Amino acid sequence: MSLQVTDLRVYYRTLAGDVKALDGVTLGIADGEIMGLAGESGCGKSTFGNSLIRIEGRMKHVGGTVTLDGVPLPIDDQREMDHFRFAEVSIIPQYAMSALNPTRKIGKMVAELLATRGVRYRDAREELERRIVLVGLSRDVLDRYPIELSGGMKQRMVMVVSTLLDPSLLIADEITSALDVSSQRAVAQTLVEFRDRGFVKSMIVVTHDVSILYQISNTLAIMYAGKLAEKAPTEVMMSRPRHPYTRLLISSLPEIGVRFEEQRLSGIPGTPPSLLNPPTGCRFRDRCPLAIAKCAEEEPPFVEIEPGHSVACWMAT
Amino acid sequence: MTATRPADDAQLAVTPDAERAGGQGVPGGLSAPPVRGASEAVGSRREILYFVLRSRKVIVAAAILVVMIVLAVVGPILRPGDPNALVGPLASPPSADYWFGTTTFGQDIFAQFVAGLGASFLVGLAGGGLAAVIGVVIGFVAGYRGGIVDEILSMLTNVVLVIPTLALLLVATAYLAARGLLVEAAFIGLTSWPWAARAIRAQTFSLKSREFVDLARISGVSSWRVIFGEIAPNMSSYLFLTFVLLFGGAILIAASLDFIGLGPTDGTSLGLMMYNAVAWSALQLGLWWWFVPPGIAITAIVGALYVMNVGLDEIFNPRLRES
Amino acid sequence: MLSLDRVSKSYKVGLFGGTDLPAVRDVSFSLQPGEVISLIGESGSGKSTIGKMILRLLSVNRGTISHDGTDISTLRGTALRAYYRTVQGVFQDPFSSFNPIFKADHVFGLIRGVYFGSASAAEWERRVDEALQAVTLDPGQVLGKYPHQLSGGQLQRLLIARALLLDTRYLVADEIISMLDASTRIDVLNLLGDLKARGLGILFITHDLSLGNYISERTVILRRGQIVEMGPTPAVFGKPLHPYTRMLIASVPQLHVKWGRLEAGERAGTGWTPAATEPCRYHGELLASGASASTAALAASGLVEIEDGHFTGCVSPNADGTCGGRPTTAS
Repeated sequence: MSLQVTDLRVYYRTLAGDVKALDGVTLGIADGEIMGLAGESGCGKSTFGNSLIRIEGRMKHVGGTVTLDGVPLPIDDQREMDHFRFAEVSIIPQYAMSALNPTRKIGKMVAELLATRGVRYRDAREELERRIVLVGLSRDVLDRYPIELSGGMKQRMVMVVSTLLDPSLLIADEITSALDVSSQRAVAQTLVEFRDRGFVKSMIVVTHDVSILYQISNTLAIMYAGKLAEKAPTEVMMSRPRHPYTRLLISSLPEIGVRFEEQRLSGIPGTPPSLLNPPTGCRFRDRCPLAIAKCAEEEPPFVEIEPGHSVACWMAT
Repeated sequence: MTATRPADDAQLAVTPDAERAGGQGVPGGLSAPPVRGASEAVGSRREILYFVLRSRKVIVAAAILVVMIVLAVVGPILRPGDPNALVGPLASPPSADYWFGTTTFGQDIFAQFVAGLGASFLVGLAGGGLAAVIGVVIGFVAGYRGGIVDEILSMLTNVVLVIPTLALLLVATAYLAARGLLVEAAFIGLTSWPWAARAIRAQTFSLKSREFVDLARISGVSSWRVIFGEIAPNMSSYLFLTFVLLFGGAILIAASLDFIGLGPTDGTSLGLMMYNAVAWSALQLGLWWWFVPPGIAITAIVGALYVMNVGLDEIFNPRLRES
Repeated sequence: MLSLDRVSKSYKVGLFGGTDLPAVRDVSFSLQPGEVISLIGESGSGKSTIGKMILRLLSVNRGTISHDGTDISTLRGTALRAYYRTVQGVFQDPFSSFNPIFKADHVFGLIRGVYFGSASAAEWERRVDEALQAVTLDPGQVLGKYPHQLSGGQLQRLLIARALLLDTRYLVADEIISMLDASTRIDVLNLLGDLKARGLGILFITHDLSLGNYISERTVILRRGQIVEMGPTPAVFGKPLHPYTRMLIASVPQLHVKWGRLEAGERAGTGWTPAATEPCRYHGELLASGASASTAALAASGLVEIEDGHFTGCVSPNADGTCGGRPTTAS
């Protein structure tokens, strides 16, 4: 088992109280697995991704454990986590394009980064160049400044840098959202290739775009209001979704071929609940067409209904 | 965020994580969130007040200023009459009758001090205010119109910025035999506006690209109303800070000018007091009570204003606040 | 009718503004009330520039944009205000479209000041209520609130309601749902569809092909400021003529069909670039396309009509946009 997360809770401190952004998430990812994590904004998916690499600022780790390759990850100890970051757990952040220091040549920046891990730039250079060519960039990008690259190129450069030390776990946080559709496909498929070539053992791809996840991920997890709603292998999730939120979400996605006059799609009315004082019971009940009395009283547990397929819903179990 | 610069490859804007549903949304990503402008929504006024009351810098600075203002207002009531009148013993140290002692001519230093405080504040207000008005108008127009108008105004700003004000003043004094406070204030106002204009112009540029400005424009609203109705209110904290700095700067400049003898030819001010003290060898004669009070007062006022500026900046700009 | 005739815009960049950077080149199309045209392009394609030019937020360098025959660049004062009653816009970022220090209905207040100064309070309230109902918003829930207290979807609907308040006939919708969540997108999109049925003409600017396909009657594909394909939506999506269009459609992640493997050349994600030596297969038709009145302007901008109403641009254009291909010998 590559990654095992048990009942992880991460809250944000605000003047008005604690925002329960991540409120009890339990899941496991195997070696070689790409897990897609989707949901609307504020559902906690970015918090999840970020808490595995750096808990900072107003975040606080309230409970739960994370184990990577059998070793517990000390996510709330900045010093201890330093040994894991970049080498074992790595992230391609949400604004990767602004993650490159504009006053440094790219090669210099990589050299400095490697130096913090005790790796000599000279030793890593050959592999670095090989990977740069693999993602479709030319070798001389190392001598350029970030401003000379386009957004898609910067994104791919950050991908190469983040995975240079072959981490066990890679978190990709909304890496395709700011790209054009032609770069999106290249970046998404490159991600899969990194896994296929063994640069990365397992991946968590966080995004709101379920269609991209369908294309590249092995399993899909849907979060809602800080909790997991459903998790299943991608094909199963698309053909047999059990959680009402998942079903509504999938049916609201327009595909090429569906036209307004012929088939009117419908969204999900309402908005997610406030995470400052989340409602009792199931957090989706206000917007759920299947809600019953029990949904308001008791929170549905996240249980496995078939191998690899888990749901948190009273109506689905 | 969606400026139309053709050659850039990926400019599709920020992800839906930026959307805040239900009012108490969670910050989506921790790295480099999108810039949302200089001021928070009004709903967080209470939050601002909270921080104001907790900011040591602002409280201490405000206290110092209040003391000085009270002195300037109450003082002349306690010591009415011409502050430059010869009333007491020559060059005597602080005593029960003359709290700050007397000058070599027997003038009451305390009376001069409180009158000077008032004069300094007046110059600060008038000079700083004039500079603020000029700087704000030029900054807004240059930032909003852009193009050739901006080029011309920027050139004007740069020229005034580099003019050696001292030389200009020397020339002016040669022509103006009698100078009052207002002339001094006018001079300060006309020469210290450039940096404010540049700052306001920069802010206006960045706010102009926000879509609510476009929306106002396609609502048929005139340009002036867009500037003063939409853009300026968004920069209100910035404008306030600009004025605070101009106010403090004007007091300091006035004191410096007075000190080298280029100030008003009549009346009194803190800088004039120091000028006189040096002119009549107060230091060599050991008459510390003549120049120490005005010196401390100038330092305290200007220092307090700058510290308050820093404190307020921390409050208005949430990214400078500690969590 | 809102029509664009060979509209071009370029920016002056570089030292002393010496270099010309073309943003939009020779774009011609027209919008009727009651129809939706999706203007599809990636970043840098100039689609937002076109939207802003229609809204008079940017000036046109060459060519004309006309509304019912009048060139809009000549409008001033009252005529301009009248234009804004007929043509309105909604932009991409709902949180940037509202001035954060005012309440959300400040945008209605702006309209009232300019256009409804003489209306009574009761009359105004009635109009506002009507507009909010038309966008399925509850007046009690959205009036009197600050923008940060409302959701993106509600804010975008408020902006559409604002346009409806003016009895607008044409709406420029510039990426209006790209910043909304998947569940709210469809609702706002359906709203646009309903408004179209009520007679609103919508220019739907987007980079998302599936959304364009869902909502529009006609599609215009834009690349680097030029139209490369244009026609009825089912035709453009079902039988794309231009290789760029085909590349775009192939890159869209579908929900039930997986992507093929990436070719080595596709890794760079640069999309499609014209092959300079490849003969343009439409060149022959371009040469032969006669001076039929309706297609003359289009042919001048490098588009040729292949089938009824379905146009395509040159496959191997020169850097300045003119046709660079050699005529094919085979037919």
